[in-house]
Amino acid sequence: MGLETAFGHSYLTTRLDEAVNWARKYSLFNYPFVTACCGMEFMSAFASTYDISRFGAEYPRFSPRQADVLFVVGTVNEKLAPVLKRVYDQMCEPKWVVSFGVCATSGGFYDNYATVQGIDKIIPVDIYIPGCPPRPEAVLDALVKLQQKVSRESVLDKKYK
Amino acid sequence: MTSYLIENVRSKFPDAVLEAHSFRGDETVVVKKEALADVAAFLRDSLGFDMLMDLTAADYLPREPRFELVCHFYSTRHNYRLRLKCPVGGEQPSAASLTPLWPGANWFEREVWDMYGIRFEGHPDLRRVLMYDGFEGHPLRKDYPLKKRQPRIAHRD
Repeated sequence: MGLETAFGHSYLTTRLDEAVNWARKYSLFNYPFVTACCGMEFMSAFASTYDISRFGAEYPRFSPRQADVLFVVGTVNEKLAPVLKRVYDQMCEPKWVVSFGVCATSGGFYDNYATVQGIDKIIPVDIYIPGCPPRPEAVLDALVKLQQKVSRESVLDKKYK
Repeated sequence: MTSYLIENVRSKFPDAVLEAHSFRGDETVVVKKEALADVAAFLRDSLGFDMLMDLTAADYLPREPRFELVCHFYSTRHNYRLRLKCPVGGEQPSAASLTPLWPGANWFEREVWDMYGIRFEGHPDLRRVLMYDGFEGHPLRKDYPLKKRQPRIAHRD
């Protein structure tokens, strides 16, 4: 059907990083940590019109232990911060975090007693998506940027040791 | 109809009513704090206000008494509404609980306690309802510092 009929029993040579990163970046299972109205835009990006499965990231896992990417979608307040930290700690390496929308990124216009001024006060963040809420195109762009970031990593990186 | 409710309350509690006004059918009675529970019971039992729609407060710092309790009543039988206000002040502000009259007041009063620090005498379980355990102060008070944060876990740099 494909290449295997032409090549038969054969092998390819490549760098381990290239093969591992190729597999990782096209199968990013995500954990949607949805707290607010950005969730609607998140659903839109995942539904058939924008179809995030074109980029291999359509599969939400509602257990952090099975997820690769944590999508923090919406406002996080001080009361919720320990929960977010626990979810992040439960994820296995390799793991990445996307801050979805301006509230998760900086607190947005909620500069008050209750709201965390950006989830990077709680956990490390790889990609920030601005917008209130972000357009689905911005979400897809962020995913492509995350894939680029994944493809630059090495299995010898310190975080895997 | 415009002043029917106000006149009823005023004639029943001539000493307790501090002020009353009606703006385009939107009727408000301001009563003394001590009479709040009695007036509320009168509204429920004699005027047919079977529903407590909202109970909240406002902080008018530096006025004294600084707080004002605001209750909105609705009668599902007669389709009329009344707003009852009552000034609350002092170092440890408190008022009578309306939970024995309308069970729906329970969480409203917990929220007012949480946000403004007004105690409700006779409330069955006056705990914070929104903020977490260990939170100090009452954040909707005007003298709560605007930039004050009380994180539950240590923030990263």
